[in-house]
Amino acid sequence: MNDLLAGCETAIRLILTADPEVLNITIRTLQITSSSVGISAIFAIPLGAVITFRNFYGKRLLISIIQTLYALPTVIVGLLCYMILSRSGPLGELKWLFTPYGMVFGQTILIIPIMTGLTIAALQGIDPGISDTIRSLGASHLQFLKTHLREARFAIMAAIIVGFSRAISEVGTAVMIGGNIKGHTRVLTTAISLQTSMGNFSLSLALGIILLAIALIINLFMSFLQNR
Amino acid sequence: MNGSFRMCIIVLVLGTILLVGGALAEKVESLGEHNADRLLIATTTSLDATNLLDLLEEKFKEQTGVTVEHVAVGTGQALEIAKNCDADIVMVHDRAAEDKFIDEGYGKDRRVFGYNYFLLVGPEQDPAHVTGLNGTAAFKAIKQAAATDPRVVFVSRGDNSGTHSREKLLWKKAGYDYAEVNASAWYREAGAGMGQTLTMTQELQGYTLTDSASWATYESNLSLVPLVGNDENFLNVYAVMRVNEEKCPDVNTDIAKRWINFMISDEVQDILSTYGVEKNGVPYFNPGRGSADVMGVTVEETSDKVA
Repeated sequence: MNDLLAGCETAIRLILTADPEVLNITIRTLQITSSSVGISAIFAIPLGAVITFRNFYGKRLLISIIQTLYALPTVIVGLLCYMILSRSGPLGELKWLFTPYGMVFGQTILIIPIMTGLTIAALQGIDPGISDTIRSLGASHLQFLKTHLREARFAIMAAIIVGFSRAISEVGTAVMIGGNIKGHTRVLTTAISLQTSMGNFSLSLALGIILLAIALIINLFMSFLQNR
Repeated sequence: MNGSFRMCIIVLVLGTILLVGGALAEKVESLGEHNADRLLIATTTSLDATNLLDLLEEKFKEQTGVTVEHVAVGTGQALEIAKNCDADIVMVHDRAAEDKFIDEGYGKDRRVFGYNYFLLVGPEQDPAHVTGLNGTAAFKAIKQAAATDPRVVFVSRGDNSGTHSREKLLWKKAGYDYAEVNASAWYREAGAGMGQTLTMTQELQGYTLTDSASWATYESNLSLVPLVGNDENFLNVYAVMRVNEEKCPDVNTDIAKRWINFMISDEVQDILSTYGVEKNGVPYFNPGRGSADVMGVTVEETSDKVA
């Protein structure tokens, strides 16, 4: 109970005093996570559209596989990316291991399946009558796609938010690929796990509160965009 | 869908990748230097938890301009990272694992820079009555008491760290088969770092082996007490070595050599002799300089500059 109260207290103090180290970690977290989400969106949304609107052999199986990958354990993604990015691995030349680049790489791989899958669900959720109407009005493919994306924009926004949430809250990939290097690859989640392992429970809790506060701000911003 | 639709998607994807990719590269760049000019150390958690490495890295940067960074993991993982050529330097405390690492050709130029002691810590009531015993006798007492007293629990790191391998060695020296100990109900394998293992030991009111530097760092959050220390089998020697450039051509050999020489330099050895004294009364790590006989290594290993 004491830890709980102390945690809230510490969180408020860290935020009010703009503690330089916490600020640094928070900004880095945002940079890495938003980069991952940006890159993932570039791949996932078009990929989701292609899968939704094209008919091909094995489509259902592919969608099932994508949905299965939602359950990818973050540590496994971390381990796979470690093996890929290690200097003895296939992409070792990039020297991305233990750098923020590597972390973006790992988080991108982690959230592409979930964002693709939710995009498919979003586009499939559109009333088929609308598709028929658009087609019968003689829309070009581009117009067809644009209309669908506009129709599904809330659900696609939700896909982005879910991707963001998974990326900002995961610790397995961040610690395996980033290495939790102070001032370089330490993000909120890895700092939380470090402080927890050191027995500083109230500081961990405070960092957790800060992470949630960021998520709240992002969500409010997104819903503001939606309502415009 | 037909070709133009496909083209449209491809153009869309490539276009945005290029655009965002460019903006992104610049953005991520500002997060820190790219690692071409950095020295990366794979190390054990005790050197990190005491903040000693942060201090030394800063000093080294002042003198050489080189950014040094470290990833703090168990000794087992640190050596594995180095074997994959992902670190330039290894700083660990497991002589047997180090020997193997060097014999296999991965490590070079080992120097011993400091030492401290392992401690057997446990609950104040000490249900296994280990207080006053020596190292191996204490391990025997725990195993025997655990057979009849359910309060006696031993928590192991269980993570192939240097501390874990010392613990295995101690069970062996006490005359037990580790596999048998490991399978016992009173033996809990945490599979975690030192801090988490200590927290778990505290919750279970059990016994665990820890190093004195980590103990000094975490002690204030714990109600456990050190019960056995200062035993010849509890000596904990820290070594630094570089990754062999013949196995890993990309390693930063020149700077790695400078780091090793820096670690055995008078400057660092002086820092070690005082670091932590203010807080604990004793240093976290005793300097290796002049203590070759205490640590059971050659004088050359503590003082010979790497050429």
